[in-house]
Amino acid sequence: MSINNHMNVLDFTLQALLRRKFKNFGIVVVFTFIVFITGSILFLSYSFKREALLILKGSPELIVQRMSAGRHELIPVKFSGHISGIPGVSSVEPRYWGYYYDSLVKANYTVVAASDEVSGNNRMIRGRLPGKDETGVAAVGRGVAKARFVDQGGTIALLSSSGDLMEFRVVGIFESESELLTADLLVVGRPDVIKLFVMPAGMATDLAVSISNETEAPVIAGKIRAEFPDTRPILRREIIRTYDAVFGWRSGLIVTLFAGALVAFIILAWDKASGLSAEEKKEIGILKAIGWETSDILEMKFWEGLVISLSSFLLGVILAYLHVYFFGASLFAPALKGWSVIYPDFRLTPFIDPYQIVMLLVLTVIPYIASTIIPSWKAAITDPDEVVRG
Amino acid sequence: MRKSLAFFLFILLCLLAIAFLGVTSNAAVSRFLTTGRDLNEITSALKLTDVSFSNDARYTRHPSQADIFSAFQDYPGSIEHFPSGSVTPPPDFSSLGTGMKVKGR
Repeated sequence: MSINNHMNVLDFTLQALLRRKFKNFGIVVVFTFIVFITGSILFLSYSFKREALLILKGSPELIVQRMSAGRHELIPVKFSGHISGIPGVSSVEPRYWGYYYDSLVKANYTVVAASDEVSGNNRMIRGRLPGKDETGVAAVGRGVAKARFVDQGGTIALLSSSGDLMEFRVVGIFESESELLTADLLVVGRPDVIKLFVMPAGMATDLAVSISNETEAPVIAGKIRAEFPDTRPILRREIIRTYDAVFGWRSGLIVTLFAGALVAFIILAWDKASGLSAEEKKEIGILKAIGWETSDILEMKFWEGLVISLSSFLLGVILAYLHVYFFGASLFAPALKGWSVIYPDFRLTPFIDPYQIVMLLVLTVIPYIASTIIPSWKAAITDPDEVVRG
Repeated sequence: MRKSLAFFLFILLCLLAIAFLGVTSNAAVSRFLTTGRDLNEITSALKLTDVSFSNDARYTRHPSQADIFSAFQDYPGSIEHFPSGSVTPPPDFSSLGTGMKVKGR
């Protein structure tokens, strides 16, 4: 069969599709929507995961929390002396941080004590971070700056746990590119965190342990646990695994949002596969009667499936990309933001996993083509007279 | 114009659009990898452990630091108070072999 013949069959198929344009247009809309939703979820979760994993590569190798009655409790700083004596531990530093509910804007901030300095040419912060022991100054995330209408040089007043008003001069604002990490951060000097939360002397929120060889981390964690049974060591590997699980293909986000789209697609495919309409059967019978071969009918049905599914797939993927990366996943964002008052703008980096796109193609286009061809094949091998008479 | 030709043109146009998006995505990813170094420096300097993805509760703000049963604070599998908690799955305990069989009378 020459290419021209194939083109003729395709022309005929397109003409036939246009004859039932409302039905076929409806199928294209539904199909595109399913690919759009599924594609958006895949793009969103994969980008979140990759971005979170890349950002959190700099997290401490090991965090040691103290637990009391099953809950996170402040940890004595003196534990760090014992922990730094464990072979393989290069340093232990207490972390001072906590949550501050700002009743003025009804938002939660994450207050973190400044620790190490960052280089002067870091593009993620306009201005600077407060020094470790500096007081009265703060660096804030864009979310906090927006909520409190402050800019560099302005002041933020917070109410400490003892009821004292504390004023902070804003010396740095995190840039919008870092929002996924810093939107709700308020970085102040260590003495200010202690004063703000009225932390007892010699106590810290938790301990950050630096380990020279990360493969030794589980052993070191075991030793810490043996020495201090009331602690909970959290490995960086576990932190990464948490995000892997939250945004994983088979979990949480995906299952919650994908289930509806999947069911809709199954219903659509089932409807197609369960049989042809009387009109379609009649059409096949007439074509057979005027001399079309079974292979021609199958080719026509193959083109029909391909035209609908491939067009829908390509449109769905393009729309999903635009939705997630240009419009900040505006359909899903409300669920992801939850009840947060301060949240990052979901301007995600378009990390694309080609494997997921191919999976989506295989799971949508091929079953659809199969579900178009199989019932037609049944009709095409039946005697035309029987098909036309019904 | 033949309908088949119009269809192929449409497919070509879509593929070109996807290729263009692929090129822009590559550029954005390499840009992110450059700024990623600065982000990593902030993470490392402030010893941060979580991304500020949703801060409606402490266990959604710091999923890796929260109690073990986060985001199901009351009991595993409980109906979540926060919408963002609903999209976080419970931990996988299948390997622990702690299943409970309930026998009927």
